[in-house]
Parts: sequence; C-alpha cells; structure tokens
Amino acid sequence: MTDTRNGAPRTAPIQSATFSNPVNAEIRRAAATGIYDIRGGGAKRKVPHFDDLLFLGASMSRYPLEGYREKCETSVTLGTRFAKTPIQLDIPVTIAGMSFGSLSAPAKEALGRGATLAGTSTTTGDGGMTKEERGHSNKLVYQYLPSRYGMNPDDLRRADAIEIVVGQGAKPGGGGMLLGQKISDRVAEMRNLPKGIDQRSACRHPDWTGPDDLEIKILELREITGWKVPIYVKVGGARPYFDTTLAVKAGADVVVLDGMQGGTAATQDVFIEHVGQPILACIGEAVRALQDLGLHREVQLVVSGGIRSGADVAKAMALGADAVSIGTAALIALGDNDPRWEADYNALGTTAGAYDDWHEGRDPAGITTQDPDLMKRFDPVEGGRRLNNYLRVMTLEAQTIARACGKNHLHNLEPEDLCALTMEAAAMAKIPLAGTDWYPGKPGTSY
Amino acid sequence: MQTLDMAEVALREMNATLHAQAEATNQTAWEILNPKGAHAIACGLDAPIEVTVKGSTGYYCGGMNKQATIHIKGSAGPGVAENMMSGTVVIEGDASQYAGATGHGGLLVIKGNASSRCGISMKGIDIVVHGNIGHMSAFMAQSGNLVVCGDAGEALGDSLYEARLFVRGSVKSLGADCIEKEMRPEHLELLADLLDRAGATARPEEFRRYGSARELYTFKIDNAY
Repeated sequence: MTDTRNGAPRTAPIQSATFSNPVNAEIRRAAATGIYDIRGGGAKRKVPHFDDLLFLGASMSRYPLEGYREKCETSVTLGTRFAKTPIQLDIPVTIAGMSFGSLSAPAKEALGRGATLAGTSTTTGDGGMTKEERGHSNKLVYQYLPSRYGMNPDDLRRADAIEIVVGQGAKPGGGGMLLGQKISDRVAEMRNLPKGIDQRSACRHPDWTGPDDLEIKILELREITGWKVPIYVKVGGARPYFDTTLAVKAGADVVVLDGMQGGTAATQDVFIEHVGQPILACIGEAVRALQDLGLHREVQLVVSGGIRSGADVAKAMALGADAVSIGTAALIALGDNDPRWEADYNALGTTAGAYDDWHEGRDPAGITTQDPDLMKRFDPVEGGRRLNNYLRVMTLEAQTIARACGKNHLHNLEPEDLCALTMEAAAMAKIPLAGTDWYPGKPGTSY
Repeated sequence: MQTLDMAEVALREMNATLHAQAEATNQTAWEILNPKGAHAIACGLDAPIEVTVKGSTGYYCGGMNKQATIHIKGSAGPGVAENMMSGTVVIEGDASQYAGATGHGGLLVIKGNASSRCGISMKGIDIVVHGNIGHMSAFMAQSGNLVVCGDAGEALGDSLYEARLFVRGSVKSLGADCIEKEMRPEHLELLADLLDRAGATARPEEFRRYGSARELYTFKIDNAY
C-alpha cells in the first residue's frame, strides 16, 4: 500500500480479530432490527471435539482383529436397571428427539424408516407422537417435555421407552419456540393451540421442580406404564457430573447427555453459542459420576452433540458412553442443506450448509417445514433409505476402528485406546496428550 | 365395593389391579384405605370406575386419568390429576401445587383451597376450586376453564393462551398478558353448569372473567421486557 498523495509506503488495512466482519454485520443487523437472532442447529463456533482425539491402534503390545472377517459386535441394551423390557438395539447409534412441528410428518416417517432398517431407535419430540412415526419406528422413545404438547397416556403406553427431557445441549436452561409459520392445522390440534400463533415451550416442567420431585415423577410414569419400559433422563451439557448423579438418584435407567453442538429447532443464537459445554468435556465427567456410584454400564449413558461419523461414535464409546444419538447428522443424511437446492438457499439469503432458519418453515429441502408444497420435495421412503445407509456406514467405520484396537465389541473400546492432539482436548477428555502419558490435571502431577 | 388396603397391598399391586379393570367391568366401585400420603395412587386409570381414597394422598394422585371418577376423602399432594384426559377427580380437602397441571379434559373439583400453579399449562380440563388458589395459577394455560370461588394469588394467568378464568373473590395481581374480559351470557351459562357439576353454591353473576389479551401471540422483542 502506498500513500496516493506522495507514494510513501503505508500500513496495510488490518481487520480486527475482535470486531471481525461477521461480528460487525451482526451488530449492524441488531441495530437495524432491534431483535436478537433466532435460528436452528447447534453451536457453530469451533470447540474442542472428537477430531482432537486419535486412536492408537494395535501394535506389538496389542493384538488387532482382522478387519473384515472377525466378529465385532455392535449391539446395545438400554434400560437394564429397572425396566422389565429394556430396549435392544443392533447398533449404538440412535436418532435424537426432534419434534413433529419443527419437522414435517414425512421427515419423521423417514427417521422411523431409516432407524428401523438399521435396527435402532428413533425419538419423538415436543409436539407429541404422530401415527407416521409410531407406525414406521420399530423402537420409539417418547419424549416427556416441559410443555407436554400432545402428551397423553395412550401414546405413553405405546412407547418403547420414555425420555424425560430436563434440558438439551443447544440451550441448557432454555425453553423452545415454534413460530406461527409452522403451526399448521395439524400441529395446532396436536398442541391444543390456535393455528398460526408463535408457540412457546416452557423451560422447566410444570409439575416438579428438582431431583427429589423427579424421583416421584418417575415413580408415577413407571406405575402408569407398569414398570415395563425404560425411563431415560436427558440433560444438556451443563454440570455433567452432578446432573448425571442426580438423574441416577432420581431413578433413571438411562442418562442422555447432549453437548452444546447438539441442535435445536429454534432458539436465540446467543444461547446456542454461549451456554453449555462441548460434548468432549462432558462425557468423562458423566462417566466418572456413574463410576463413583458403582453404576457405570448398569445405568447406560447415551451422548450426543456433534456426532458425525463412525470415528466419533468409536471415540464417544471409548470415553465410556454406551451409545450415541444423532440429530443434525440425520437431517443432513435425509437431505437437509443439500447443495442441490442451492438456488433456493440463495433466494433465502444463505447457502447450502449454512441454512439454519428452520423456524421460518421455508426449508427448500422440505424437511423442517409444514408447507405442503415444500413437503412434496421430500420422499420419506428415499429419506429412510439414505438414513439407513448412513447409519450402516457409521457402524462399519466404528467397527473398523474397534477391530484395529483389538476389540470384538464396540463397548470394549476404552480410554486407553486414545490419545489427544491438543492440550485442551487432553484436559477436557482426560486423555493423555499424544506422545506423552500426561494430561493437564492428571492426579499425581503438579500441573 | 372392592377394597384395597394400602396397609396390606403395595402401590404396584393396587395400581395394577385398577389398571386391569376393563371397560365393561362390573366391579365399578373401589375403596382405597390407608393411603397415608403415598404417591402415584390411582394414576393412569382408563375405565369407567369409581375410586374412593379414604385419606390424604401424596404426589400425582389420579395422574393422567381417563374415564374414572376418583374421590379423595382428604387432601391431595402436588400434581393431583395432572394431565387428566377425562373423568372426574374430587378432593374434599385442599390441594397442593400444580393441581390439574397440563390436563386435557375431565373435571377436577377441589372443595378446599389450591396452592400455587393450579391449572398450570392446562389444555382443556375444567377445574373448580371452592376456596382460594395460590400464585402463578393458570400459567401458560392453553384451554379449558378454571373457576375460583374464593380469591386468586399473584400473577394469575401469566402468559395465558385461550383458557377462561373465572374468579369470584379478589385477584392479587394479573400475570403478563392476562386481562379482565366481559362476562357474556354464554359465559354465565358455562359457569352455571360448571358450578352445578362441582357442587358449588356460588352464583355465576358473582364472578369476573379473565382471559388472554393475545399480545404475546406474536413474538417480538418488546415481549422480553
């Protein structure tokens, strides 16, 4: 750069790292509109994640299994603590709760189809159970949420498990929002609300307030369902050691732990990006809580929030999880944010991969919408086929890694199989930094 | 009259016995003795039977009730008749917090007073309280009718949707978006029927009606202030 007046060298323009262009654009947007940004999805910021861990694999001191021919089991049983009929799954990757309302009925059907083909479970969401979802899901987990939209004892008894939602990773401590654009006649009827209004979901349950109450609520649910089905308790990644301990104390069969990368249908961007912890930081603490109670593996741990591949599945399980849950990845497998709709995304002022205004109901892929014309773009049979393919690939990938580590069941993966690439990941996951036998905070070390 | 004595019969066996009653059962009258504040008594019933609980109950008595008529000859703990779908629950004494929470249908009668959050998030249930109700009652109430023959506590009907609230006595304060509304003839008729079914002697003309101003139905930033 030179001075145009005299040709002298000048300092090149420097963009502020603090006041970056995206930050400034958001300031201008807030100043123009007076309203905070609401969007769907999970945290988009970069946080320490499974990519910061590696498997060591077998070598002289570890004996690997043959990659394609030797057996490597993937099944998992959830709810062995108190339920008469625990859930038996062929693979440890389940479909997370997503509501009818935020998703279309065909999208819910596709999740059921894909999960059933792959031998796993899917989960309802805020807004109740649809017949499409129940009809196409061999194993269906019924979410019991603060709003109790669509909640009724008949559906409760039709469920294969009950998941009491205390919080979710995208917004621990927050309620939900479904804007009027998505409140169709059917959604309104299921939620006992007028059509077209912006519908709020409460942030806490209406008839219990703490773990002592929750214990009694679980008793009621077990009495109503004859102690048959497992009861999960889902928490966001806030205080995983204490939350897990209290959920177990309240009587949970399964603890579901959702990190900040886990998605939501809609909430404030500031909530998604600034409240809650990454899942990598949560798993070890939840496992420690279960171990301190002597209940690790007796109370199963399902983790979610940014699970994308078989490698992520294997790493979560090596850290001590019994299974994982996917939401955002399942939607992408169905066709969400697919570049084939790029022109439509552009028309909405965004681009494929970045579209997150799911609450507006204008999803070009026809998945997060109640618009009849957009819904026609989505084929639930094809969606189910794609989800099944994706789940199978994840499972094969996880098996590949497990065999390389000498494990004949995914559950045999262990922290000892891992190393960390960064100090942050080492500290959060309590996994030794690569090339060392140390992680920050390791007992017996001085720093 | 069939008798289940909780001094001898465990909660699980008691509820399983009541759940086993089919639609066409001829054993329609049941009596539960010695409840002694136990939780989850007679929850999840789904048959046209009459259950009389001889004493006070703990949490969630009559929870998710369908079809059954449950009389509690005492007071009820938190969450009585929560998420009731149909049928009737009558409490001779007082009710603790969250009475009738999220109820979809049926009639809940509380002959004494009800504590805080009575009718929270109600979705079609009718609730008649002969006495007073506590604070934050009918919070986010979606539909149905809440009738209070006595006084209402603070923040009545906060963030209300389409539920109708009728109060005979004083209201300490109204919650966000809850306003007094005109009592029209159809409301007096509705109220007369509810009072009659609940065995209350108050006259409809003595009540005032409250409902949603519907200002929170469309999200805007001002709502947060």
